[in-house]
Amino acid sequence: MYEEEYLQIKDTLQRLQVDSNAKIVFLVDKNGQQIATHGDMKGVDATSLASLTAGNVAATDGLAKLIGEKEFSILFHEGERDNIHISLVAQRVILVVIFDEKSSLGLVRLRVKKASLELERTFEQLVKKSEADRGRTDKFDSPFAEITDEDIDSLFSE
Amino acid sequence: MTFINYAAREINCKIVYYGPGLCGKTTNLQWIYDKTNPQAKGKLISLATETDRTLFFDFLPLDLGTVRGFKTRFHLYTVPGQVFYDASRKLILKGVDGMIFVADSQEARMEANVESMANLEKNLKEQGYDLQNVPFALQLNKRDLPTALPAEEMYRQLNFKGEPTFEAVAMNGTGVFDTLKAVAKLVLTELKKK
Repeated sequence: MYEEEYLQIKDTLQRLQVDSNAKIVFLVDKNGQQIATHGDMKGVDATSLASLTAGNVAATDGLAKLIGEKEFSILFHEGERDNIHISLVAQRVILVVIFDEKSSLGLVRLRVKKASLELERTFEQLVKKSEADRGRTDKFDSPFAEITDEDIDSLFSE
Repeated sequence: MTFINYAAREINCKIVYYGPGLCGKTTNLQWIYDKTNPQAKGKLISLATETDRTLFFDFLPLDLGTVRGFKTRFHLYTVPGQVFYDASRKLILKGVDGMIFVADSQEARMEANVESMANLEKNLKEQGYDLQNVPFALQLNKRDLPTALPAEEMYRQLNFKGEPTFEAVAMNGTGVFDTLKAVAKLVLTELKKK
């Protein structure tokens, strides 16, 4: 993940949260790693949210394949107060929107569609960039190239 | 795939505990959860049936501290061990960085160990991984039971590639952190190569 794209993603999420009147907007990769988030995360366990979302999407994906569908691109969970709208973006990341009665499913779907297009463009850009970088590994030094055994041991010192 | 966020300076690695039903995967996670200080851990999520059999997965996020200015976070998962949950098991292997195989030392469970190990290899292959290249550790659990097979005998049958192997009693924590450390170390060493 590069700084420029990361900021673009954050920007898109922020706009989506405001435009859709949502409480929280959240982006996770398919392995359950949180990428970015916007909104009031107080009292929400972001890591668990990310991992359960990915599990949910993976299970639904499995269901889709069982009945011969490529994927179910949208999942919606309705609660008494809060609702969760989950959608796949560019087949690689998961966009989660949590909203209550201040918004509506229709509005969320509409705004998510728009934001998805933006995110898709950002991720395309990201993929191109990292492919270009792959060719010249010498220029792009991994910070872990010089990691030492002591560095690793120190993590477990307690 | 290890997720390195350069902007937020974070590394996220996924470690999966595999093994036959009732071998102690969840017990491993429970021990780690109980013994880690509250700032370093997230919630332990357990998607289990009413009788405490894992239905989908257990999940525990763990912060280990920083390496070279990067916050290292390990996501620990267990799979459901029961044979008929194979479809769910495959899903959890997606994006794995390191594997721990928990074997049940009881003689009567040896066949289940071997079967589960073969299942692991097959499922990894389906996800595009080769166990030969995945950071991997073997844990021989329930060493305290009178029916436990000799460790050498178990190693002979289960050892896959000369991986680090630990004798454990997950109920009282013996060997639990040693196993985790060994795999975490292998995962981080792998990063170095990339």
